[in-house]
Amino acid sequence: MTTSSTSARRARLAGLTASTAAMVVLASACGGSGGGSGSAPGNFSYLSVTENTTVKTALTTLSKGECRTAQDALPLKVETVPQASLDQKLQLLAGQDALPVQFAAGNAPALTRQLYTSGKVADLEAELKSLGVYDQLEPAAVSTVKALYGGKVEVLPYEYNIEGIFYNKKVFDDNGLTVPGTWTELVAAAGKLEAKGVQPFAASGQQGWPLTRLISGYLYRSLGPDALQDVADGRAKLTDPAYVKAARQVADLGRKGYFGKGVGSIDYDTAMNEFLGGKAGMFYMGSWALANIADEKQNKVGADNIGFMPFPAVEGGRGSVEQYPSNVGLGITLGAKSFDKKTGAWVSCIAKNYGSTALKDQGAISGFKVNTPVEDANEVTGQVRKTISASKQNVLWFEALFSTKATTVSQTNAAGLVGGSLSPEKFMATVQDALSEK
Amino acid sequence: MHRVLGDRKAVLILLGPALLVYSLIMLVPMVWSFGYSFTEGNTIEGFTGNGLDNFQRLFSDPAVRDALWFTAKYAVVVTVGQVVAGYLLALLYVFFLKRASALVRTLVFFPVVLPTVAVGLLFQKFFQVAPQTGPVNSLLNAVGLESVDWFGSAGHAFWVLIVMDIWRSMGFYAVLLFAGLVDIPEEVLESARLDGASGLRLVRHIVLPMSFPVLMSSVVFSVNGTLKVFDCIVALTGGGPGNGTTPLTLYMFQTSFTYGDYGYGSTIALLLTVVCLLVTLVVFRVSRRDPMEG
Repeated sequence: MTTSSTSARRARLAGLTASTAAMVVLASACGGSGGGSGSAPGNFSYLSVTENTTVKTALTTLSKGECRTAQDALPLKVETVPQASLDQKLQLLAGQDALPVQFAAGNAPALTRQLYTSGKVADLEAELKSLGVYDQLEPAAVSTVKALYGGKVEVLPYEYNIEGIFYNKKVFDDNGLTVPGTWTELVAAAGKLEAKGVQPFAASGQQGWPLTRLISGYLYRSLGPDALQDVADGRAKLTDPAYVKAARQVADLGRKGYFGKGVGSIDYDTAMNEFLGGKAGMFYMGSWALANIADEKQNKVGADNIGFMPFPAVEGGRGSVEQYPSNVGLGITLGAKSFDKKTGAWVSCIAKNYGSTALKDQGAISGFKVNTPVEDANEVTGQVRKTISASKQNVLWFEALFSTKATTVSQTNAAGLVGGSLSPEKFMATVQDALSEK
Repeated sequence: MHRVLGDRKAVLILLGPALLVYSLIMLVPMVWSFGYSFTEGNTIEGFTGNGLDNFQRLFSDPAVRDALWFTAKYAVVVTVGQVVAGYLLALLYVFFLKRASALVRTLVFFPVVLPTVAVGLLFQKFFQVAPQTGPVNSLLNAVGLESVDWFGSAGHAFWVLIVMDIWRSMGFYAVLLFAGLVDIPEEVLESARLDGASGLRLVRHIVLPMSFPVLMSSVVFSVNGTLKVFDCIVALTGGGPGNGTTPLTLYMFQTSFTYGDYGYGSTIALLLTVVCLLVTLVVFRVSRRDPMEG
């Protein structure tokens, strides 16, 4: 009897132990791999987005050339995810303390600021200064990064872009148009093109941001460079009449059919193809499009036929055409815990060589100094580079200071605004509501 | 048998492992998720308790109301469409095509096995207006009508979604209901015919009541599936334009994983669970009534 009771107890104990072990195994499987940013990295892991090939191509080139020594010590390892999945991936990795050494830092600056505040992102100003390469960053790019990231350098400027309107010179000449200097002239030029059967603007409503950039362009020209900082600081609301007016101006372009049919279904590549295929007269875009313009396979109208103009002035407005919307592309940052000597060697090499490599190989303008002179691929590239050097004051884009939710709401509703299914008042109110949430 | 089931130890050994696995993969996550409903934060900043704030927010959030309305509308229309189309097809198989129905059944079932994303892309191309004119708009143009921007307004996009989902799944319901119809004894049908019932009267008074249990199962399947619709909407419209075609599932996903608000996302998930539970209970309650009683 005693024996049977003991064996029953043993069996119960064994069962309990097995169950506990199973739960521990399951629980540990839910945790991080343990090899994340908390330990010394085994390679220079870089999480990028599938859509961006410029940075990974340039880094691969550097790993075989100027950064060979850093590569031997810490091999480059590139992983990509679709841009739409990036935020989810980063949140999961950050939660498991498994962020890569270097990574594209989220679609809205708000996520990077969260990562920085929680100690997961390196203070790059301090790190670059201690490596003695902080002066390799272009001051204009640093100023844009600081404006975006609360006065901190939380991302490296692998791209440095200004935005404006690319136009087809031949289409303009054929239709007797000159470069519009004001919004009224721009609308008149668009009307003339439309009347002649030429689609005035190419734009992607599927992405949304190429449309909302027009709203911020109008706001910066009409209300001055602090227009959206005032919204972020609560001094103004997007529902204020002056802000709604900007949305109305852009909605009017859509109402008149200046973006062509079904703008909501047009994705980024299709819009680019429409412009470079000669089907549209104008294209609001950033200077990263220079790589597409320089590519003869994509550009059917020829690089010599493309001009660049600033977003036009608004009559009586407080802004100036010399204030260019600028950005540093998709910010790329470095994990705080994995920033060691070997990572430092990579960063140091990148800071000294990335600018020349990206410009020479891909015609891409970055926020790093170009230490080896590179000849411009074409006239419009030269024009944009000169504009960047001469630019005195830069402004941000519509969603730059918004939360992730407000950014998404703004961009997913933009097609409705120009398609007529959403009034300017309703559009601005919807975005303002998202912005007002915690 | 009674001796085995009367022995607690035997019951524990037989049920224990399954119960443990069920608890670990079903109950624990559900309770865990419920717990998140009382927090705010995310995996980066950590979680802090916020009491009933998320529940208050749930009742005052217009986006939840929109998503709930869309979900209900979608579930009702698609359920009716799926089950009616499936039932008509099943009647066609049983009473008209009879033994020759195998080929048609296979063809109609084919979209069920296609990946949802592929079906979404197919319908995008069918209904597109730009950069190319899709077949549907070409057809409209051919009869002298203007092209329609099907994905430019929530109203149009809703109907494209409905057509796509019904087309995609009616083959499944047809097979399910077909199995119920072939179970009706031939003698019963024959007697009804001898009594003068035919066509619609036969269906109304004999076929429909006798296939009622499988019909109700189809409704439960369909309602639960459509209340939790996610993949086909993401593939076709992404929830847009704006949030015009965003169901609760997608809003929950966006809130949790895109906006990094896990606590509120869990509260939305809880709402969806409650809705599914209530609807299922209602359907079961209705199905308890004996249709033969008239």
